[in-house]
Amino acid sequence: MPNIIAVVCASYGLAQSVCDGEDLPARAERFFRSDHTNNWAVLVCTSRFWFNYRHVANTLSVYRSVKRLGIPDSHIVLMLADDMACNHRNPKPATVFSHKNMELNVYGDDVEVDYRGYEVTVENFLRVLTGRLPPSTPRSKRLLSDDHSNILIYLTGHGGNGFLKFQDSEEISNVELADAFEQMWQKRRYNELLFIIDTCQGASMYERFYSPNLMALASSQVGEDSLSHQPDLAIGVHLMDRYTFYLLEFLEDIHPASQANMNDLFKVCPKSQCVSTPGHRTDLFQRDPGSVLITDFFGSVRKVEITMETINLTVPGIPLERFGGEPHTETALAYVDQLPVAQIIHQKPKQKDWHPPDGFILGLWTLILLVFFRTYGIKHLKHIF
Amino acid sequence: MAAVEVEKQRGRSAAVAIAALVIAAGIPLWWKTTETYRAWLPAARISELEALQLELRVEVEVVFARGTLSPEQQKKVPASRMREQQQQVDDKTGLKFTYETRFRTATVMEEDALNQPTAAEADHALHTLTETSCGSVVIYIIPEASALLPQDMRVYVGRSRTALLRSQVASVVGAGLPEVLAALDPQMEQVLQTMSFNHQDVTAALTDRLRPGLSTRDSLADSMRAFKSSPGYEITFSLLNPDPKHHQLHWDVEAALDAYIYPLLHKMAPVANFSVDSQILYYAVLGVNPRYDASASAYTLSADSLAHVINPVEARLGSNAASSNPVLNFLLYVPDSLHSPLIIRNDQKQEVASNAFHSPRWGGIMVYNVDGAYGNDTQFPVDIAIDMSRVMGVFLSQLRLMLGFQQTGAPPGFVLEAAGREGVAEWELDRLLWSRSVENVATASASITSLAQLLDQIANIVINDNIAQQVASAVTALQAAVAELEAGNLALALEHSREAISASERAFFDPSLLHLLYFPDDQKFAIYIPLFLPMCVPILLSLLKIFREVQQHRAEKRAKRD
Repeated sequence: MPNIIAVVCASYGLAQSVCDGEDLPARAERFFRSDHTNNWAVLVCTSRFWFNYRHVANTLSVYRSVKRLGIPDSHIVLMLADDMACNHRNPKPATVFSHKNMELNVYGDDVEVDYRGYEVTVENFLRVLTGRLPPSTPRSKRLLSDDHSNILIYLTGHGGNGFLKFQDSEEISNVELADAFEQMWQKRRYNELLFIIDTCQGASMYERFYSPNLMALASSQVGEDSLSHQPDLAIGVHLMDRYTFYLLEFLEDIHPASQANMNDLFKVCPKSQCVSTPGHRTDLFQRDPGSVLITDFFGSVRKVEITMETINLTVPGIPLERFGGEPHTETALAYVDQLPVAQIIHQKPKQKDWHPPDGFILGLWTLILLVFFRTYGIKHLKHIF
Repeated sequence: MAAVEVEKQRGRSAAVAIAALVIAAGIPLWWKTTETYRAWLPAARISELEALQLELRVEVEVVFARGTLSPEQQKKVPASRMREQQQQVDDKTGLKFTYETRFRTATVMEEDALNQPTAAEADHALHTLTETSCGSVVIYIIPEASALLPQDMRVYVGRSRTALLRSQVASVVGAGLPEVLAALDPQMEQVLQTMSFNHQDVTAALTDRLRPGLSTRDSLADSMRAFKSSPGYEITFSLLNPDPKHHQLHWDVEAALDAYIYPLLHKMAPVANFSVDSQILYYAVLGVNPRYDASASAYTLSADSLAHVINPVEARLGSNAASSNPVLNFLLYVPDSLHSPLIIRNDQKQEVASNAFHSPRWGGIMVYNVDGAYGNDTQFPVDIAIDMSRVMGVFLSQLRLMLGFQQTGAPPGFVLEAAGREGVAEWELDRLLWSRSVENVATASASITSLAQLLDQIANIVINDNIAQQVASAVTALQAAVAELEAGNLALALEHSREAISASERAFFDPSLLHLLYFPDDQKFAIYIPLFLPMCVPILLSLLKIFREVQQHRAEKRAKRD
């Protein structure tokens, strides 16, 4: 009964606002299109070794798009299982390219990797999602989302029917992933969640989802392989996977004020380009995908309200009272001397203390003496002592 | 022949002995060593929490001033009355609002206080007379002809928990007290809805327990703006100076915080802990180019572009936060000399008086123009002292919104006294405490029930003793909070609800509760069969053989007898 009343009230309110004027429904629309106030992204690359360069490039290109569209580093959890930019086999160190002929360096110069190398495990991934991290974990390694957060989760690596391989030694199954999302929903750790996976047989990973407000995209169906895009002959490995390559091209056209919606995202990389058939799942999602903006998940468009009310604190003649107690005295602050330059420049050569000769010299002289006395006889010893 | 028989007998007894050992000692040993440690949880009390029946009780005191009641009506006072309202929010959650009202006449000192010239002074005088407990409301009924309120206003709500209500019931001779009370009821109801909880707030606070889509759009906007209940908050005040070459800014933020912000935070101490810091950023620019408007001869930021201002700035903001508490940012932006003055325009292209905007669950930004402080030919950089009282006025109102104090939508005929220097009125704080207590209770009960469900479903999770202890203490604190809400002790209820929510969060998010290993049944068989099958097959076969031999022996014996 109460929800019927709520629906009636909402429709009445919306109808009234339509009659009121042009800007009121526009404002209501803008404010109420999506219920989120902040955005988070969890980007995971699960493979290591040089020949899996393309998985790191996949993750970094999504990271780059997400940062460009406005999500700050403090709201991104980036997990890279291996370091490709500073790998010994990288002919161009400190770069990770996504297009051949080194057109686009997705590594950039302000990458912030939160989980690196062997820290990328199934356990850590599930801990990040469910929030069950040890108390000493720093803020940058936590997913501090609330009930009005939209979260983007991107996984890439080698996968199979119902599992995704982490680091060549363990797997996460689709049941565990679905359970983790259900735990997130129980604690209302997300408002809406977009799950993208670029692996072989990726569609199997979202088969078992059962929590509300989840939308999932995968690069290939069960039984199909996701293929890589193009190798670069100078670097010697495949640079990107096909699905993420075309996803990156699609996202490069999106700017923070763009009105592109999810139906456009579903059309990215058709079978002619991708060779595999990308799939998506929207039955658990409450809103219609056509009304979900790309920037709802990939960007961070804040809702703002003008501050109408202020409090009048300017009472003339009354000095500011101290709440804490006696006033603080202004002490002149100076930097601590961290590098004693004067000492270093005007240094006198240090007096070296005398040490008795160490083992090598002793051994050498002993050898010389032995040889001498062996050759010329022991009777010469009296000349020494 | 006898030797073979003895051999066979020995073989049989050996097989039986081995089988007995395996069954009697082996299986219990294997069971014991492979079970997971699960401490006992109070499952019965947890299942009670699933169906939550909350009762909120307000103690209302209605004081009749001289001139509002006729002498016969006055004789019937003092009286008391209890009114209940039931609301079933969904099939598992029910609400009951109880208003316990006591009626009395005013004392001599209160009459003196009501004789003050203005309502504000009367309210101040009344406040010094009585001590009201947290959560209660006192309404003074003043005669119709009283000059305390302006003509068209009926109610005055003061800074503490008192309200002045102008009686519209002329003291008709012959009308009994119940009629007077009945006539006052709708007005009192309105006063209570404003000063104490109202149904929308409480329902909005229960969203954690409810299915999605149940709340209305207005309450959604309010719930989106304010932070959810958390044990602590981090507040950062930042000064953004994009033009240090021209402007040398001085802001005495420590004194301003001491004077304006800390009183509010001190009053909110029962709700949460606050940690405040401040910083100055140089060469920090807004991400949006303002447009020059010749008619106003100023640069303008339209309402649409405001949404894109925050992200580039946020990337540069440092944060001192070491805990996982939510962070509120308040930014003061002083435009550079090339883009001064900078004004914000709203949707209707009008100038905004405060020149500030805020983002729900993030914080606020205020633009402070300093172009009036110097002329064209002064020597740069110019020393400018920022007027902190103006700035803090805006930040204080934004902070109130972020913390959950709703925008004062005064019903018609009401005069709500502005909070002023103290930051928040007592009754506003009470309203927040009501919704916070209910929110804490709802969240804690939802956490505990879902944790119990999770632990039930997955038999592989180890439940340590500390988790069981946290759950038990959370359940106890939760029941205490509900009991205190029923009794009407708001402060104690809030304390217990805070205990409950912190214990339940600690139990739910304990790092040891990670269900990492998913064992499908076929994997379990794949592990156990190679271990147990080679051992069990000979034992079973020999037992079968013995059984068949015994059967044969018995059949022979029966044949022999017959």
